[in-house]
Amino acid sequence: MKRGDKKGLKLKGFSIQFLPYSEIRNLDSDKRIKKVLGIIAGNNILIVQGRLRPDEETRLISDAMSMIKGNFRDFRGVELAVISGSEERNFFSKIKQKMANALSGGDMGTITVIGPATIVKEIKRNPKKIELLLNK
Amino acid sequence: MPVKIFRNFFSRIFSNIFKNKKEVKLGFYGPPNVGKTSLANRICKDFTGEEIGSVSKIPHETRNVQFKEKVEIEYKGKKMTFKLVDTPGIATKIDYEDFLKYKMKKGDAKSRAKEATQGIIESIKWLDDMDMVVVVLDSTENPYNQVNITIIGNLVARKIPVLIVANKIDLKKADMKKIEAAFPEYEVIGISARYGENLEEFYESLFKLSKKV
Repeated sequence: MKRGDKKGLKLKGFSIQFLPYSEIRNLDSDKRIKKVLGIIAGNNILIVQGRLRPDEETRLISDAMSMIKGNFRDFRGVELAVISGSEERNFFSKIKQKMANALSGGDMGTITVIGPATIVKEIKRNPKKIELLLNK
Repeated sequence: MPVKIFRNFFSRIFSNIFKNKKEVKLGFYGPPNVGKTSLANRICKDFTGEEIGSVSKIPHETRNVQFKEKVEIEYKGKKMTFKLVDTPGIATKIDYEDFLKYKMKKGDAKSRAKEATQGIIESIKWLDDMDMVVVVLDSTENPYNQVNITIIGNLVARKIPVLIVANKIDLKKADMKKIEAAFPEYEVIGISARYGENLEEFYESLFKLSKKV
């Protein structure tokens, strides 16, 4: 890079935050989504232990769209990926997993990665790996 | 007493007749630019002679939910009446700058993006109202997209019958095996809405699935 280019180079700061399931287990859907979106809106990439319920995932998308508000400068939505370790299980291990989930209150074999679209360009999700591509 | 039995018997028969004549609300869901409107147009044109909406290479062309009522689909002597509901593509992010690549003016791009965010909210709201849903995917794209997984997860949770359609099989990059591997619990129908390829199999599966409604 030429020296002159340095002037225009801006590095955006962000942090990666981990949210244990115990912190959202007892929250209702409204509060869960508010908490998740609040963290993301603060330019954080969030790794949630477990996953949101399907209706909460759509609600998250819907609420993220409402947050854009037409200016597109500070917030452009989210990038989201759910990675599950239980995709190729047999019948008995699926039952075992369901029982474990019922006891813990969530799917502990899963993590959810959510980041603000202003920072995370793309989350490439293949069954066994995840790639986080960031915006320049 | 016998009058009451007769009344119940006839009311059951009539309610069944009307139940069968009812329009089935068939939703088209999926990410933007996968060909939801192209498929809905193809069906509408085949059975009503009219289209449901416009299509474009620019994503988020459909920004409002579009309907076509009383679409009677006839397949192998069977008839069913559908209300087709074509929904805006669901995305988790919207950036107006993406539209600038299509030589759109900044102001137009911003208003398209703003309308697209509203369209996504509207699509999600409509999920509850569907009797059955066709999830349209692009067979040339990576199927492990969270939007696909979230939509299908929601339909399963709401017990709404779902048919997965992999569109654009006419393109060289189409990879049906990858789509099938991503959704092993579902039957995936590969079609080309643009050229009307493999629609027979699509209608066959649609009628089979409608029994679950």
